[in-house]
Amino acid sequence: MQLSEQLAQYLLSGLSTGAIYALIGFGFAIIYNTTSIINFAQGEFVMLGGMISVYFLSVLKFPLPLAILAAISIATATGAIFERLAIRPLKQATHLNLIIITIGGSILIRGLAMLLWGKDTHAMPTFSGNEPLNLAGATILPQNLWIFGITLMIIIGNKLFFNYSITGKAMRACACNRTAASLVGIDVRRMVLFSFVISSALGSMAGIIIAPLTMTSYDVGIMLGLKGFCAAIIGGMSSGFGTVVGGLLLGILESFGAGLISSGYKDAIAFIILLLILFIRPQGLFKKAETERV
Amino acid sequence: MLNKLLGFIVKRELLKFLIFAAILLLIPFFFEGGYLLNILLFVGIHTMLAIGLNLLLGFAGQISLGHAAFFGLGAYLSGILTATYSINPWLAMFMAAVVVGIMAFVIGFPILKLKGHYLAMATLGLGIIIYIAFNEAVDLTGGPSGLSGIPNLSLGHFIFDSDLKNYYLIWTFTLVTMLLSINLAHSRIGRALRAIHDSEVAARVMGVNARLLKVQIFSLSAVISAIAGSLYAHTMTFISPASFGFNFSVELLTMVVIGGLGSIYGSFLGAALLTLLPEMLRAFQDYDIVIYGLLLILMTMFMPGGLVRCFSAFVVAAISPKKPEGGKGSA
Amino acid sequence: MLRISGITQKFGGLVALNDVSLTFRRQDITGVIGPNGAGKTTLFNIVTGIYRQNLGTVHLDDKDISGFPPEKLAILGMVRTFQNVELFGQMTVLENVMVGLHTRSHSGILACAFKLPGHLKEERVVRERAMQWLDFVGIADLAQVEAANLPFGKGRLLEIARAMALEPRIILMDEPAAGLNSRETAELALFIRKVRESGITVALVEHDMELVMDVCDYIHVLNLGHKLAEGTPREIQENTEVISAYLGEG
Repeated sequence: MQLSEQLAQYLLSGLSTGAIYALIGFGFAIIYNTTSIINFAQGEFVMLGGMISVYFLSVLKFPLPLAILAAISIATATGAIFERLAIRPLKQATHLNLIIITIGGSILIRGLAMLLWGKDTHAMPTFSGNEPLNLAGATILPQNLWIFGITLMIIIGNKLFFNYSITGKAMRACACNRTAASLVGIDVRRMVLFSFVISSALGSMAGIIIAPLTMTSYDVGIMLGLKGFCAAIIGGMSSGFGTVVGGLLLGILESFGAGLISSGYKDAIAFIILLLILFIRPQGLFKKAETERV
Repeated sequence: MLNKLLGFIVKRELLKFLIFAAILLLIPFFFEGGYLLNILLFVGIHTMLAIGLNLLLGFAGQISLGHAAFFGLGAYLSGILTATYSINPWLAMFMAAVVVGIMAFVIGFPILKLKGHYLAMATLGLGIIIYIAFNEAVDLTGGPSGLSGIPNLSLGHFIFDSDLKNYYLIWTFTLVTMLLSINLAHSRIGRALRAIHDSEVAARVMGVNARLLKVQIFSLSAVISAIAGSLYAHTMTFISPASFGFNFSVELLTMVVIGGLGSIYGSFLGAALLTLLPEMLRAFQDYDIVIYGLLLILMTMFMPGGLVRCFSAFVVAAISPKKPEGGKGSA
Repeated sequence: MLRISGITQKFGGLVALNDVSLTFRRQDITGVIGPNGAGKTTLFNIVTGIYRQNLGTVHLDDKDISGFPPEKLAILGMVRTFQNVELFGQMTVLENVMVGLHTRSHSGILACAFKLPGHLKEERVVRERAMQWLDFVGIADLAQVEAANLPFGKGRLLEIARAMALEPRIILMDEPAAGLNSRETAELALFIRKVRESGITVALVEHDMELVMDVCDYIHVLNLGHKLAEGTPREIQENTEVISAYLGEG
């Protein structure tokens, strides 16, 4: 393969995984913006999306669209239950306690997945076949196109929801100032629940569309979650443009790094980037620094 | 009578510690079973690790989700220096501790500028990067198949090659760590750390150099973990990356949280519980992750002070003078 | 003793302070007042090293301390109390004051871990001195209470005791009377005077006019980020500009 074709290949696969990271990053951003919590369990919803789909497909023999629907619904329900049981009761919790609880939640979900489905990796069929297409010298699978398409739709959907719907605007209000939001009549607790619901839905969707390409197992949540978080950090925790750029950037850097430098250290690249951003510009590439009020 | 005795002991830190140490050191005489000794040996290592993390998390209030990495660095540095380069194990342990201490000190400055969630993620990322390095640097570490041929520690002709000998070796280190940490906790530095935890800005206004102190404790915590790692390597004579990953970092966190943040004895309780429990629940092997998750959530929700708070509330109730029946309030 | 020159501070598009210059004379009790949003707390935060000013300098006894972090200022003898009482909630009242003595003690990590003799003696001294400061503000009987459980008024007193333990040359109080009833405020006035009698300079940001007029030797008035007036309490009370700033036009 010529160098330019190789590079094109890396670029394309990088964009593809980057889109997934962006989707997962949205999940972090949405919850963070509404509640100031980083939901460590976000990656597990991604895992649930893939795993539940596989279960419904191969064990219960559901047709693909129904399996996907079931997966999204169950994952979303899990998110809602998690919020209800573990997050809502803790209004006075310190930062530390909340972090520990969401870590506990992520471990719990992962542990249950392992009990239910074992430690094996599972394959999931692609949405529309395996015939590779050729694009600028690079091979692209139909699944990649699904990823791009669905991600695009979700980005547009996000934009419309948060900018034009009442609920979306209400959630943005909570992000800016919870007290003020509740004073103007917004049910903050409901918005918090919504944020978890949307995030787990998005997370599970991300897990579903990538599972056909990368296989899935009970512990894919950790890595994917962290990388999604990285995307969100780069984007300054925005539930829009910033995180998309963050995700794509991360995906491309990872892809090029794996291809050109070393594939074993591929995962390390994402975290090195994460550390660099946190050290140098924790507000992300797109926001100005904030001063803390005492 | 017993009440008064208990009360007397609890209030005197040194006496409390000596009794605890005596019990630990005498255990092998009462329990002949080699299996139990092996487990208690690990309780010792885990206690050391938990104390290290507790100093950072419970006292200074800085969360770290990557502490297994320091444990692993100590183990691998010791392992490689002794197995591959035949350096004296004690010297290797010292070198490993120094290297890890300096590393932690240097990376501590940028990383501890972060707070809360960002710090948690950064330490998590750091831990994973180091874990990946363990797996990928196959020439040095043996990769996923691990590193074997690590010699036991020895003093002259006395080789620490049995569970009994290693039990005493490890618990000597652990007890020393406990004593030093207890001293630290009840001192000016301990107060400064807790002040940083409660209100970093007020601590700084009172003259506490928060930035430096946080990094120093981070470094100290890393050194303790590294030494535990060296001890682990020489006891097991074989190490592999699997023991030093994110799962173990979470296990350590659970130990500290369950035992009680900010309590040294709590770290022992947490370590003991989480080391003994899986052994006792052998049949429920696969449930361990679920149980950890549940424990973390439930303990944080209902018993934020950890077991130690529970235990000490019990002790306080036992040793306080009984009120006269039918009387109201204090005399 | 404390000279603030030309401080300008912007937060994004908002100019919080515009070329503000004030002086605080040694051993005076100087007040800084002004309507809400005047920038008083921002000024204090800049002086005490919590914010970094955009422009301007701060001098303590002719030494330029602009941009010094709070821990460095503590060593130079400057301490402050907070509007929202930043106590160490999970530590006892006594321990809170003992932290105030941090700059008056030196045992490091090693000395503390190994309980070296110098450290032991120091601990005893620190503990005694801390109790004395609790006596000074009258809450010695609450020494073992967890600070988070203190009633608000006592919490304010604790903050003062803690600040005094540092043996400062100057103490800046940010709205110490906020949330106190009139009896507690009168008590506070007494303590502020006691503090000044120990030779310490006091700077006060306050809204409670009675307290300010009662206790201050000199007053600076800020409004909307710039200095409006300065003078003795009597002069300020008669200053028409100050009056209209507080009451609005008309």
